[in-house]
Amino acid sequence: MKNRAEEINEQIAWQDLTEGCEIYESGSSVLTKTGEWRSRTPKWIREKCKQCLLCAPFCPDASIPVSDGKRDEFDYDHCKGCGICLKTCPFEAIIWKQ
Amino acid sequence: MSIRERMSGNEAVATALRQIDPDVFAMFPITPSTEIPQYFAQYVADGRVETEFICVESEHSSLSACIGAEAAGCRAVTATSSAGLSFMNEVLYVAASLRLPVVLAVSCRALTGPININHDYSDSMAERDSGFIQLYAENNQEVYDNLLMAHRIAEHSSVRLPLMICQDGFITSHAIENIELEEDEEVKKFVGEYHPENYLLKKENPLAVGPYGISAYYMEARVAQAEAMKRAKQVILEVAEDFRKTFGREYGFFECYRMEDADVALVIMGSSAGTAKVAADALREEGIRAGVVKIRAFRPFPGPELCEVLKNCKAAAVMDKSEGFSACGGPLFAETSGALINAESRPKLIDVVYGLGGRDFTVESASEVFKRLCGIAKGAEIGPVYSHLGVRSL
Repeated sequence: MKNRAEEINEQIAWQDLTEGCEIYESGSSVLTKTGEWRSRTPKWIREKCKQCLLCAPFCPDASIPVSDGKRDEFDYDHCKGCGICLKTCPFEAIIWKQ
Repeated sequence: MSIRERMSGNEAVATALRQIDPDVFAMFPITPSTEIPQYFAQYVADGRVETEFICVESEHSSLSACIGAEAAGCRAVTATSSAGLSFMNEVLYVAASLRLPVVLAVSCRALTGPININHDYSDSMAERDSGFIQLYAENNQEVYDNLLMAHRIAEHSSVRLPLMICQDGFITSHAIENIELEEDEEVKKFVGEYHPENYLLKKENPLAVGPYGISAYYMEARVAQAEAMKRAKQVILEVAEDFRKTFGREYGFFECYRMEDADVALVIMGSSAGTAKVAADALREEGIRAGVVKIRAFRPFPGPELCEVLKNCKAAAVMDKSEGFSACGGPLFAETSGALINAESRPKLIDVVYGLGGRDFTVESASEVFKRLCGIAKGAEIGPVYSHLGVRSL
């Protein structure tokens, strides 16, 4: 049985699956790029951003990385394009990519 | 020492659950299983169990609460009947595919319609593909004993599947009969404590339960689940053997009654087996070699073992206590004939649907089926392969 998320891939044999496909570790979503579901893409306009950080906590998918008190570029590997950050931003610093 | 008592099947279930003292009992009442949580509520009020007793708003919720509790690492139980079991349908599959060994007591009752509160297996048979192990009982003793074995089967590391304890609504759930109970301490020792290897509340090992499985994974996951159901066969026998050594009563996949030399046999489930045995005894007095196979484990279905038992039998009737609406026989017939299809030696097989919605099944009606089988055994036309017993007709 393969217990590590990194060992689970589309070539896995049934004998190697955990019971109920349980995953015995946290943070394994970095291995799965779910951003490909996205149909619309938010764009961050760095010049307009005041770094108020309202967007980051509202992101339901932790796709706005914050370090040293400042947000950085979107994590497009995981952003689903829900648009909540657009609605939250008071400075129109997030728009839909055309 | 066993304790001689008298009680209904529902009280027997509640008593076993009191002795097992599960971590969580999520309850929603429905006739005829309501007495199970009703008795258990009294045990909670009297401080005789430490169980977290949760009154929820539906059967969908009661099983969902059990699933949450099991995923968290608890031993969780519930009880239901009929429409309540149907309402659980979606989450039955969730419990089974998450491989959470919930134990569910079902007092089997007809499904609508017409609206009916009496016994047949239309509720439990509708869930035969849910992935639950299903054990059936003839009387209060068997439902009690099945429940004492349930957790050890369901929670076994090579199985990890939920399990349904089925008994006949009203017929055994409400009939008060003699029973041998085992002492609380002996039961606790036999059942043991539940210590799953991984669970949500185990902080040193984070766990994700119920991930999305795209088509590249789904089939392998289903095969793994199907293999667990196959392995459950061995575990059912192992636990039954330990039960026999501990408490002295014997169980297997099914009970064979006078099958050693039987020419004609009924394959039957639940309380009706008692009636069939009386009919077989009477026919034996007349020189007819009649026997009965009473199915205890319907899931997993003991196909090869059943073939072995029926191989020298000339004609057998599968007695279905649910309709199934397949237009060619009920669910027990489908399983039995499927199991026999490639057997070198097998009986002529008919399906008799009987007892729907609580219609009486008498010794006379069982004898009538046996006599039809005698004719078939002697070379008479089989007649309708799929028929209904005792139906008024113009």
